[in-house]
Amino acid sequence: MPITIDQYQAIIRAAAESKTPLRIRGGGTKDFYGNPAREKNSTLLDMTGYSGIVDYEPTELVITARAGTRLADLEAALDQHGQMLAFEPPYFGAAATLGGCIAAGLSGPRRAAAGSVRDFVLGVRMLDGKGEDLQFGGQVMKNVAGYDVSRLMTGSMGTLGVLLEVSLKVLPKPAAGLTLRMAMDEAAAIEKMNQWAGKPLPVSATCYIDGELFLRLSGAEPAVRAAQVKLGGETLKDDDIFWRSVREHTHDFFQPDKPLWRLSIRSTAPPLLLPGKQLLEWNGGLRWLHTDGGEDAEAIRVAAKEAGGHATLFRHNRSGISVFHPLPSGMMKIHRALKEKFDPSGIFNPGRLYSEI
Amino acid sequence: MPSQELVNKLRAFLPPEAVLHEAEDLKPYECDGLSAYRQLPMIVVLPQSEEQIVKVLQLCYATKTPVVARGAGTGLSGGALPHAEGVLMSLAKLKQIIAIDPLARTARVQPGVRNLAISEAAAPHGLYYAPDPSSQIACSIGGNVAENSGGVHCLKYGLTVHNILKLRVLTMDGECLEIGGDSLDSAGYDLLALMTGSEGMLGIVTEITVKLIPKPEKAQLVMAAFDDVQKAGSAVANVIGAGIIPAGMEMMDKITIHAVEEFLHAGYDLAAEAILLCESDGSTEEVADEIQRIYAIMQHSGATNISTSRDEAERLKFWAGRKAAFPAAGRVSPDYYCMDGTIPRKHLAGVLRGIEELSQAYGLRCMNVFHAGDGNLHPLILYDANQPGELERTEEFGGKILEMCIHAGGTITGEHGVGMEKINQMCSQFGTGELAMFHAVKAAFDPAGLLNPGKAVPTLHRCAELGAMHVHRGEQKFADLPRF
Ligand SMILES: Cc1cc2nc3c(=O)[nH]c(=O)nc-3n(C[C@H](O)[C@H](O)[C@H](O)COP(=O)(O)OP(=O)(O)OC[C@H]3O[C@@H](n4cnc5c(N)ncnc54)[C@H](O)[C@@H]3O)c2cc1C
Repeated sequence: MPITIDQYQAIIRAAAESKTPLRIRGGGTKDFYGNPAREKNSTLLDMTGYSGIVDYEPTELVITARAGTRLADLEAALDQHGQMLAFEPPYFGAAATLGGCIAAGLSGPRRAAAGSVRDFVLGVRMLDGKGEDLQFGGQVMKNVAGYDVSRLMTGSMGTLGVLLEVSLKVLPKPAAGLTLRMAMDEAAAIEKMNQWAGKPLPVSATCYIDGELFLRLSGAEPAVRAAQVKLGGETLKDDDIFWRSVREHTHDFFQPDKPLWRLSIRSTAPPLLLPGKQLLEWNGGLRWLHTDGGEDAEAIRVAAKEAGGHATLFRHNRSGISVFHPLPSGMMKIHRALKEKFDPSGIFNPGRLYSEI
Repeated sequence: MPSQELVNKLRAFLPPEAVLHEAEDLKPYECDGLSAYRQLPMIVVLPQSEEQIVKVLQLCYATKTPVVARGAGTGLSGGALPHAEGVLMSLAKLKQIIAIDPLARTARVQPGVRNLAISEAAAPHGLYYAPDPSSQIACSIGGNVAENSGGVHCLKYGLTVHNILKLRVLTMDGECLEIGGDSLDSAGYDLLALMTGSEGMLGIVTEITVKLIPKPEKAQLVMAAFDDVQKAGSAVANVIGAGIIPAGMEMMDKITIHAVEEFLHAGYDLAAEAILLCESDGSTEEVADEIQRIYAIMQHSGATNISTSRDEAERLKFWAGRKAAFPAAGRVSPDYYCMDGTIPRKHLAGVLRGIEELSQAYGLRCMNVFHAGDGNLHPLILYDANQPGELERTEEFGGKILEMCIHAGGTITGEHGVGMEKINQMCSQFGTGELAMFHAVKAAFDPAGLLNPGKAVPTLHRCAELGAMHVHRGEQKFADLPRF
C-alpha cells in the first residue's frame, strides 16, 4: 500500500506509461456508486495509507486532512470543539474516507439549509494524470485566484485526479434541536416545506415518508422553541437515530434489494407520478424512488428533466444503463476536453462517471 | 479583419447605435473601476438579446477577434479592461428580471441586472439575494458571477458561488450551455463552480438563476472599540470559538475610523485603535440571545467601549461608516488603491504590522478595512496620481502586501479577481504546474483563446521573466514576515 506522495506519483506515472487504468479507492464504502469499471485490467489505488489531519484550527473554521483520513476520525476531531461538517455527508460504512466523500460529492439531510459538500470545499492538493503535485484554492474562506479547480474535483468520481489533501470550512454545531412530525399528504407537504423555507425559521432538515412530514429544527435554544410553537406538530423522540437512518440509508425505506433512483429536482415540483415508493428530502428537492425493477428508466429521466433536474440510478442497477443522467452533447464536449487535460492517458476511474470519460 | 469591415458586419444584425467605434464613443469603456489601467477597444457592441450575442460571438470567432465582456464596469482588478484589437461586449442592455418564483425561492435574471435590483424585486415576497458587495447599487449580477463577488454578509450567507443555481453560458464559438439546474445539484462535473469567478475567460453568461432567501425577522449590531488591533483580532476568534457565526463582522483601523468619522459622524470612538462591527440576524428570540453573548465576549476580550444598536436607524448609522470607507478614502486623498488579500485570521495583527512598516517605508498612507469574519483584507493605499512616480510606488507597495498575504498562507484576491492587476502575483501564488492547468481549463472552453485574452492567468514565460518566486507549501511560514 502506498503511503508517500512519491509512491503515488510513481504508480500514476507507470500507469500512464502502460495505459493501465487505476481504480482509486478510499474505504470502499461507495464501491456500489457509479458505473462499473470500463476496463477489466485496472489496478487498485488504495488511498487509505495517506491519512491524518494536517491542520485544524477551530477558530479559523477550517480543517485540512489527507484524503485517506476516515470521516469518522475527522468528525470526532471536530466534535471535540463543538464543530461539524455541515453538509452531513453520508458514510455508507465505517471505513468512509474524506477523499471518497469529496469525490462522490454526496451531501446529507442538512444540505438544503446549510449547503452541499462542494460549498464547503476550500482547497485541494491533488495529483493529475501525469503525477504532477498540484494545489488549488487554499485554507481561507474567500479566494478567487485562479479557476475553482477544488470545487470542480467535488463529485468528479475520481475521474480527474487523485485527491491528496482537502481543506474544508466547518461550522459550529447548533446549540439546540428537535424534530417535529406531522401527518399530511405529499402535495401539502411539498407546499409547506417550501413555504417554511421562505420564512426565517431554523429548519435544518426535512423528510417526507409514509404520509408523514418530519421537520428538524436546529439553532439557538430560544429560536428553536419559538419555531416549535409557530409550527405545531408532535415532537419525535430519539430524532438523531431517525436522521442518521435517512442520511445513511439504514431507514426501512432503503432496505429492499431493488433499483433505487435519486431524483434531484426543483423543490416545488408536484408529486411525481412514477411507479414505486418515494421518500422526499431537501424541501422536496430530493426524491428517492424505489422501483420494482423492470421500470422505464427513460420515463424516470424525462420526469426528472421536466422537473428541472436529473435522475441517478443510485443503487441496484441491473439493466446496465448509465447510472448518471446523460449529458447534452455540448456539455459532454466540455467534460471530454477537461478529462483530456487533467488525465491525458485516461487512467483515472475511466467510465465510472460516463463511458466517454 | 480591419475594423471598418467588422463594424459593417456587426451592423448587419445590430442597430447602428449598438455598435460604437468612434474614439469619443469608446472612451467611457476604456477602463473599469481600476482606472489606473486604460485601453480603448477597437469596437464596443451593446447587444440586447442572447441571439445577438450568439451572432457577435460567431463573427468574432470566425474572424479571430478577441472579445471582452463588460457588466457595469465596477470591477477593481481590470477584468473588463478592453483589448486594443478586440470587441468590448457590454451586457448592460440585458437587464430584465425574467421571473421570480417565490415558492421555489429563485429569480431568473439577465446578466445586466444590478445586484440590488434583484433584492428589490424579491422584497414583496419577504425574500432577498444574499451576496451584497458594497457596489451593489451599481454592479451587475453577470459581473458578480464572473468575479464570485462577496459582501459583508458572506461568512454566514456565502459568496456568489453559494447563491446561484443555474447559468446559461455561450462559449466563444456561440454554442449555448445550460450549467446547473433548478435542482440543488446537477449531473456531471461541477461546471457551475468552475464558471463562477472565471473572470469572463470561459464563456459569456447570458442568464442566471439565483437563490433567494428569507429576510431575517430582525438584525442588530454590536459596535466594539479596542485600544489594540491584536485584541480586536482575538475578539473575532473568541466570537467564532463560542460557536457564533455572525451575519457580518467587520473591522476598521484607526486611520479609517478617523477618515469616516470626519466625513459621516457615525459615532465612532476616535480613541480606538480598531473598531469591530458584529451583526446578528435571525428570529427576534435568536438575535436577543446572540447579541447578549456577543456583548459579553467583547467585554471579556477587552473592548474599551461597546454599544448595541437600539433600533434600525442606529444599526444603519453604525454601518454607514463602514460602508463609506471607500468614499472617505476618496475625500482624504486624491486617489486610492484598493487591495484584496485574504489571510488566515490568526495572522491579522502581524500582517497589519507589516502593512504599517511598508506604509512608512513607501511614505504612503494606508487605511485598513477588513471583512474580519472571513479574513479578507482591503488595505486602501492613499496616493496622488499627479505626483510623478507615486502610482508606481503604490503598485509596488500593493504587490508587497499581496506577497505578505501569500506568505501568511492566504491568497492575493478574496473577491475582486486577478484581472490585469494581480497577474504578476499569480506567479508567486502558484507554481508552473497549477498555472499550466489553468491554461488547460481555459483551452477546454475556449481553445482559440479569444475570450478576455491575457487576463487572470499569467503565461509561464511572463512568470519566468519576472523571476517571481513561487512560495512553496510548507515554506509559507509566518516567521518570514518581519523581512518586509
Ligand atoms: C465602490 C466599490 C465597492 C466594491 N465592493 C465590493 C465588495 O464589497 N465585494 C466584492 O466582491 N466586490 C466589490 N467591488 C468590485 C465589483 O463591484 C465586483 O467585482 C462586481 O462583481 C463587478 O461587477 P460589474 O458588473 O461591474 O462587472 P465588470 O467590472 O463590468 O466586469 C468584471 C468581470 O466580469 C466579466 N463579465 C461581466 N459580465 C459578464 C458576463 N455576463 N459574462 C461573462 N463575463 C462577464 C468581465 O469580463 C470582467 O472580467 C466593489 C467595487 C467598487 C467600485
